[in-house]
Amino acid sequence: MAGLPDHILRRSAEARAKAEGRDVEEVFAELKGEAPPKPAAPAEPETSAPDAEQPPAAESAEEPAEEPAAAPSGATTMRDLDTESQQYGVPVALLQRAIQARAKREGRELVAAGAPAATTEAGAVTPTPAAAAEPTPRAAPPAIPEGVTTQRLLTVVKAGAIQQVKSTPTDKVSVWPHLLAIEFVALMVVLAGLIIFSVFVDAPLLEFANFNEQPNPSKAPWYFLGLQELLSYFDPQVAGVIIPGFGLVGLAMIPYVDKNPAVKPSDRKLAIMIFSFFVFAAAILTTYGSFFRGPGFNFTFPWTDGIFFDF
Amino acid sequence: MANGNGRVGLRQRLSQAGDQMRSSQLWSSIFRPGSPFRHGYTDSPRNRSYVIMNNVLYHLHPVKVKRHAVRLSYTLCLGGLSFFLFILLTITGIFLMFYYRPTSPQAYLDIQALSTDVAFGQLVRNMHRWGAHLMVLTVFLHMARVFYHGAYKPPREFNWVVGVVLLLLTLLLSFTGYLLPWDQLALWAVTVGSNMALYSPVIGDQVSFALIGGVQITPDTLLRWYVLHVLFLPFIIVVFMAVHFWRVRKDGGISGPL
Repeated sequence: MAGLPDHILRRSAEARAKAEGRDVEEVFAELKGEAPPKPAAPAEPETSAPDAEQPPAAESAEEPAEEPAAAPSGATTMRDLDTESQQYGVPVALLQRAIQARAKREGRELVAAGAPAATTEAGAVTPTPAAAAEPTPRAAPPAIPEGVTTQRLLTVVKAGAIQQVKSTPTDKVSVWPHLLAIEFVALMVVLAGLIIFSVFVDAPLLEFANFNEQPNPSKAPWYFLGLQELLSYFDPQVAGVIIPGFGLVGLAMIPYVDKNPAVKPSDRKLAIMIFSFFVFAAAILTTYGSFFRGPGFNFTFPWTDGIFFDF
Repeated sequence: MANGNGRVGLRQRLSQAGDQMRSSQLWSSIFRPGSPFRHGYTDSPRNRSYVIMNNVLYHLHPVKVKRHAVRLSYTLCLGGLSFFLFILLTITGIFLMFYYRPTSPQAYLDIQALSTDVAFGQLVRNMHRWGAHLMVLTVFLHMARVFYHGAYKPPREFNWVVGVVLLLLTLLLSFTGYLLPWDQLALWAVTVGSNMALYSPVIGDQVSFALIGGVQITPDTLLRWYVLHVLFLPFIIVVFMAVHFWRVRKDGGISGPL
């Protein structure tokens, strides 16, 4: 029970005394593991000082000053860091650090470990006389007696192990009206453009389909003309199957191949270069197949022989 | 509410009628709370949220987006425009279906009749064709935009894959539609295009056979591609679009800023 502050012990003693119909002081003493106390019984802090053989006596100096109201016996207040460490599962080093930090915060001088300096230390601090004058008001201790620490260091958790750093809050705007207005205008512009274009340019309709008369040149739809252009350089297996097949699969695999997490263009120059190369290659091949291929899919200049291309 | 003559003016009557209509049960059952069309709508941050939250658009848009996302230069609206063009193509396509029969001489004659006998027939056909080409373009540009913004990086990898499937489906939709006018352009463009499938290793013949319903393009191919074009592929693409849009939201909305 040494670890519990006296005011808490007293509270549970009162509760138990009430339940068992016994005397409060008797139960209290029992809980503390002492003989039934007489008001004068608690040892003065000074008496604890000679216990110099307790290994880290550093904090024993400040402990009496810490809990003067409770006026505990020397045995309970003396801090045995090893025992405490085992009891609470807190490393000794951390306990020492906490003690040092508290001493520093309260502007007190920390006594070197092992030194029996308690007399000078505790004597210098004001609460000691108060502790001496204490015995009578013990019957009704305040909820948290002055100078009693009500919290202790349980453990220190390294930041990052448990803490998840969420993305920082970003600047946001309402979709209505900001985004919807822009989208609406964009749709209307495209719709208007499409209608106007459709009014003036008719979709092609050539003669009735004739299986016996292949037009020269015969071209695929424009988005396949890059492939058709490749067909004039490579074996059909390569140009018609392997390149588009690998192209499509390669396209789908981009996120799994590109492991670079950066999104800034300056940090992913290689990826941008490779992708741009293929986009430009496709654009050039498509343009070439569309406008620079005439009868027999031979090379022509569109401005000399005309355009052999239908949408 | 009276004017100088002691009589109720037309303007006031109209505005009263408008108020009455917007306060009616029918009206407020159609427009959910927060709708700008509702009686007593005021522009407030709360109502701006309700406009989206109480709207079918909530399936597409969150209540708020990052500020850079509304800059036109970031997305150029390419994804949204692709979707819009798909809807437009569905509408014009349904119109065209009323006048089109996928059989051998009739298909061509129907297209001819569309441009001469049907009100707005030619315009709608033009819109359908140009819109289709434009959609191929916007889908492709949307893909390029997403790449250059690095928007395919985790956690959006799979949505990129879905997007590639959507690009392929868009091309297939356009390609199957190409045959339907049943003119020389359609027949031979599709012949050239589908001949490429013949070169597939091992199963080339089978793929080509399944695709065109025979060893060469016949009127049967027309029916086959018609069904693919108006039912099968739109169905598939809608499923993939639903996943695509849903993943955009689930993966944290629009990417960036750079």
